[in-house]
Amino acid sequence: MNLALSDEQLLLREAARNALARVKTLHAARAALEEGPAYEPLPDLWPMACEAGWPGLLIDEAHGGAGLDAFDAMLVVGECGRVLAGVPLLGHLPATAILGDAPNASELMEPLASGKKRAAYLPAEPPNDLVDSWTTDPANGMHRAPLASVTANADDGSASVAGQFAFVPDAPGADTFVGVALRDGRPVGVTVDSDTPGVSVQSVMRYDATRSLGHVVLDDARATILDAPEESLRSAWHLAQALLASESVGSVETALDVSVQYAKERFTFGRAIGSYQAVKHSLTEVLRRLENGRSLLYYAGWSFRGMPAEFPLAAACARSVSGHALDYASRTMIAVHGGTGATWEHDAPLYFRRAQLSRRLLGGTAGATDRVASEVLAASAG
Amino acid sequence: MDLDDTPQQAEYRANVRAWLQEHSAKAPVLTGPDALRDEDEIIAARRRWQGELAEGGLAGVTWPAEYGGRGLGPIEQVICNQEISRAKVPGILDVIGVGMLGPTIIAHGSEEQKERYLEPMLHGEEVWCQLFSEPAAGSDLAAVQTRATQLDDSSWRLTGQKVWTTNAQFASYGLLLARTDASVPKHNGLTMFIVPMDAPGVTVRGLRQISGEAEFNEVFFDDVQLDADANVGAIGSGWGTALTTLMFERITLGLGGEGLGYDPLRFARAIGAYESARTDSDVRQRLGDILAELTAVRFSGYRMLTGLQRGQIPGPEAGLAKVTIVNSGMAGGDLIADVLGPDALAKESEWTYMISFIPGLKSAGGTEEILRNTIGERVLGLPPEPRLDKGIPFEDLRAKEKEAAKT
Repeated sequence: MNLALSDEQLLLREAARNALARVKTLHAARAALEEGPAYEPLPDLWPMACEAGWPGLLIDEAHGGAGLDAFDAMLVVGECGRVLAGVPLLGHLPATAILGDAPNASELMEPLASGKKRAAYLPAEPPNDLVDSWTTDPANGMHRAPLASVTANADDGSASVAGQFAFVPDAPGADTFVGVALRDGRPVGVTVDSDTPGVSVQSVMRYDATRSLGHVVLDDARATILDAPEESLRSAWHLAQALLASESVGSVETALDVSVQYAKERFTFGRAIGSYQAVKHSLTEVLRRLENGRSLLYYAGWSFRGMPAEFPLAAACARSVSGHALDYASRTMIAVHGGTGATWEHDAPLYFRRAQLSRRLLGGTAGATDRVASEVLAASAG
Repeated sequence: MDLDDTPQQAEYRANVRAWLQEHSAKAPVLTGPDALRDEDEIIAARRRWQGELAEGGLAGVTWPAEYGGRGLGPIEQVICNQEISRAKVPGILDVIGVGMLGPTIIAHGSEEQKERYLEPMLHGEEVWCQLFSEPAAGSDLAAVQTRATQLDDSSWRLTGQKVWTTNAQFASYGLLLARTDASVPKHNGLTMFIVPMDAPGVTVRGLRQISGEAEFNEVFFDDVQLDADANVGAIGSGWGTALTTLMFERITLGLGGEGLGYDPLRFARAIGAYESARTDSDVRQRLGDILAELTAVRFSGYRMLTGLQRGQIPGPEAGLAKVTIVNSGMAGGDLIADVLGPDALAKESEWTYMISFIPGLKSAGGTEEILRNTIGERVLGLPPEPRLDKGIPFEDLRAKEKEAAKT
């Protein structure tokens, strides 16, 4: 039994924190929301990520990566979440996880490990106990959208993909898309280069400028079918959930720290507001949700390799609890700061924007909660 | 990062499992058609079984060997608990004694006390109860009013009332927190005592709860005589001794593993049996939230264990798990009753007891509100509420409180 961070993991986390501290990420998050002269485009943090070796976190050493595990990747993404840094790892890392399981993709790996090329994962949700088909996030509305299909060209071993993926994290500017498509109704891994004819990427900004998103349309675009096992295709979805969970937990940490600090310094009726039970109890509620989220990150991080059969449940639990935690923490952050917390100049609204958008991406927090029920109902029936 | 046994732990687990295989036929049957029904018979059988477990080294796993324990760590305690649960046999009867009160005596008791009390406690020959809470001292435990007065011959006279006392109806001894000096501020005037429950003047009365069952007791002390050496630790140092017990309480709860028996699979099984519920998105959201939180508590427990193995003592944040368990359990009871309808509340329903039990649990081991205060102050470092009892002699404090209640 050992659920503690190793020395290497502590170093990895500290290095990430130090690297990110060199950038004014919160200023950038606000400036990127401005219109007119105050607007500044988000800084490109990919060179920093490359220097730190993050693109290759999940790629094995033989292909130039660090050969680390899901939990290590989650630690780095968590640090990004603490300071709302827009580092395109949510798209890149699950893509490299699929490619790493596909022997016929091995020659793609080295530039992806160094970061010379950047991949984006095309999110596809595997079936559950009620829905027997693969689905993707819809461009609008509540109903899940059908997954793209792929047709193999008999002559040269190539294939073409047709379909749409909405709100794909880190799609704008990606060199390669990696995901799942249906061939004769069966899921297979596919990779499509972004400069291939038939590929269009529409950049979409929704409420949180730090989150790069794109609608990806594949119109009979030339693709390579990957020989990754179906298990790997399923796992990528859950890995994306775990990464988003970790990012959210990082954001909750900051929301709590800042709120607690303010509650100690701000006085009303002659006392620090943190001495009032009403304020203290809502901050301990943030802590309760944070600790639950953290514990589930350990579950997800451990089960990814240690107990793959439980990884879907672990990742869904982590996403669900940390998603609720971020909702609660960002609203508490605003409330504890009083009216100031709801002003443009304050950081609280940036965390609130992050919470609002995250909750609705990658199947949504509610989708993860449903997945928890689905996994346990299936286990209890068996 | 792993959840695996080390080779030594695996060996220990195999030994425990082998012992249980060999001896589990002697365990009392508490469920099913052959279950014992008579309360006295159940207690007697469970005491005998605790003796067997102690002989086999499955009780007092973390106790030092010189007091009959195995001198092992918390992880072995968890392994032992897991194996006992896997073997589907009852664990020890006196969890409070062996888990909390024995370790307190080991830490603060005299050599004579350790010699006299520990072994019969471990073997279930003498069951113990914890006499801390009072009608006016729960969250504010240091406000106990039960009075112990020392007479000229150095013996003690004890007068007062305790409440929420589990196992008092068949306990041989109790560990009791009493006020020995009311002229000093409240934390300073307390002393811990060992009280024989059959002493003249001790009255135990069952306290019925919402379910109608009496799991707790009220205990009255009417001029009870205690020997001069009945105190555990120095006179006036009772608060520090009580804190030791409460720390072991957190560890015992943490090592309990699956919380209070609110098993996620049990909730899921009940819901899954109803097709209309299993496929209802609102039910699934509620169920998913409950299951995710209970799963989090399981892994918080493993994190705490990791810390314990490294010699870290669980802090007040361990109380957050209790908050989660109670609230998720409550939500689970609500959800199941919503799905099953009024039948969930029938006398013979397997859910009525849980639904009746949880509201009180919200206040057990410190109310949710006091837990949040403590955690907010000790863990988050938030300033305390202004308090009116600091540095005031206890006897004056009572007078002040009475005065304030009048206005």
